[in-house]
Amino acid sequence: MARIKAMLKTTAVRLSLLYLLLFVVSATALLFYISAQSERAIRGQTERAIEREVRAINNTYRRSGVNGLVRQIERRSRQPGSNLYIIASPNGEIFAGNVAEIQPGIFDQNGDIKVPFKYKRFGDFDAEYTALAHVMELPNGFKLLVGRDLAEPDRFSNLIERALMSALAIMGLGALAIWFFVGRSALKRIDRMSAASEKIMAGDLSQRLPVMGSGDEFDRMSTSLNTMLGRIEQLNEGLRQVSDNIAHDLKTPLTRLRNRAESTLASKATAKDYRAALEDMISESDQLIRIFSALLMISRVEAGSAAAKLSDLDLSAVALDAAELYEPVAEDADVKLITEIDKDITISGNRELIGQTLSNLMDNAIKYSSLEEKTRKDARIWVRLKAENNEIVLSVADNGPGIPKDKYDEVTKRFVRLDKSRNKPGTGLGLSLVDAVMRMHRGELELSATDDQQEDLPGLTVSLKFPIKT
Amino acid sequence: MKILIIEDDLETAAYLTKAFREAGLNVDHASDGDSGYFLATENSYDVMVVDRMLPKRDGLSIISSLRDQGNETPVLILSALGQVDDRVTGLRAGGDDYLTKPYAFSELLARVEILGRRKGTRDTETVYRVGDLELDRLSHEVRRGGQVINLQPREYSLLEYLMNNAGQVVTRTMLLENVWDYHFDPQTNVIDVHISRLRSKIEKGFEGSLLHTIRGAGYILKASEN
Repeated sequence: MARIKAMLKTTAVRLSLLYLLLFVVSATALLFYISAQSERAIRGQTERAIEREVRAINNTYRRSGVNGLVRQIERRSRQPGSNLYIIASPNGEIFAGNVAEIQPGIFDQNGDIKVPFKYKRFGDFDAEYTALAHVMELPNGFKLLVGRDLAEPDRFSNLIERALMSALAIMGLGALAIWFFVGRSALKRIDRMSAASEKIMAGDLSQRLPVMGSGDEFDRMSTSLNTMLGRIEQLNEGLRQVSDNIAHDLKTPLTRLRNRAESTLASKATAKDYRAALEDMISESDQLIRIFSALLMISRVEAGSAAAKLSDLDLSAVALDAAELYEPVAEDADVKLITEIDKDITISGNRELIGQTLSNLMDNAIKYSSLEEKTRKDARIWVRLKAENNEIVLSVADNGPGIPKDKYDEVTKRFVRLDKSRNKPGTGLGLSLVDAVMRMHRGELELSATDDQQEDLPGLTVSLKFPIKT
Repeated sequence: MKILIIEDDLETAAYLTKAFREAGLNVDHASDGDSGYFLATENSYDVMVVDRMLPKRDGLSIISSLRDQGNETPVLILSALGQVDDRVTGLRAGGDDYLTKPYAFSELLARVEILGRRKGTRDTETVYRVGDLELDRLSHEVRRGGQVINLQPREYSLLEYLMNNAGQVVTRTMLLENVWDYHFDPQTNVIDVHISRLRSKIEKGFEGSLLHTIRGAGYILKASEN
């Protein structure tokens, strides 16, 4: 019972109920229409038959007078399944014919009697029959009635009605059955979907909604919900990872900070020592703040926050600005900065974010290309911007030690630093921020070796691929 | 200089009040939006430091009301929100500068001092002079002791900003914001490198240093005392 109640609540079932109702109404209208039409047709036929008969009898009368008329009528009345024939006196008494009794008042009318009337037959006084007729006054005052029984046409139209009724009943039952099965299967699928969603709500994000492979609307809905779930799972996984990493990466500097303060307090320090300790602590806190800001920034960018709106942006100018900002830094580090920036390339983007991204990348590139112990003579970095076939590629390359190819995926994850000792400055968030920024710009981040031929210093090229603005 | 701090966190407010007083400023403090607005309308201040999120009345609404009344006191907005867009809404509401928490006090002080000085702004002057250094804002020519110094366009803007704020401490972030129009913190000290280039151009071969580094704060451009 509860199941039926639940079923009545589903849209599919409600819709089918509505269709059923519409079907019944229109089928009933059709039934009435068809039976009315067929009755009219049959009645018309009856009337035409009467008319023919009247014409024939009229002819006889004109040819051979009353006697001939009476003879012909008597002959005709004896034929099986004959029409009704009455000759009546002017006052309405039946004079001749094949009718025993007739509804009174019929002979008062003249011409076609369109309303069926009742009559009785000889030898069958219990049954009443109905008929249509034509009444004609003969020149001698007598009246002639020619009629036709309606039993046959009535039976026929009854037959049609019954046939239609049973056809409708069968169709109705069929519709009910189809509705029941379709509704039930829809309900079953929805049940399966809500069971899956309940599991998901309970926290099992690996659950997916069932897809039947039929490509119907349920499948389409499940597929898009599944895509959404995938994205949520990915974000959630990222979040989980981040909180794990935060625990580690923030705890370490916080502990250092605390230890520094504690050990300075415990020692017999001079004012100068205190000053040094406090300065250390400030720079340690600055590093912490930097990590926090980077994390906040990544999560805001990833959330696609309105804070990072995209607008038309001259990417060439942004790249030149960034190169100009870092040129003295590179020079100080004995790194040659080479720019190959095509002019007038615009994208839909955010200047701040791309500027920061470039600044991160150039910072890394300078750091890594000049990393080698021996002072390198040929440390170089390149900033390139080019519109290729169907994308715009902005890249920052260095000729430093590079990254092993199998680590490419890993380095864009938050807090991943290939330098396990974490002694070099940096938050471990740079490339994840770049990745997030690129995703926000519907672009891609691609890592590759700058020069595969160099075995010890293949370098790293970070390419930012932006879609061409439409 | 007389300033008003509207900040609801009492510890922060006490620290700021003390630090500003030590720097020689006259400080009033309000701890919620309503009393802050009252003080701002009753008294006249050189600068106001307004926290964005305040009890009773938020910072942006105080600023826009004051601006509607024709009160043009420079306002520095303090905020924990730090995205570009937040800055834009803050400045659009009538703020003159925007600083994101956490900040170094030296940064805040430098910005407040520059805002407080802005009343007698040098924006109308066509030639800036500091000691024997001259910057002509019309011809974009820089001279020291009559000798022309060639600067790159960016070096020129950097010097122009420093000279416009001569005698005031300017921080690295302020330079990055005003000269490069970037509102993020680059990891290395990019600015230091630019400053030392500029310094060598305007000081090498000349008597007396002009561009001084203030440890833990930033830079100041001023003529040497002797």
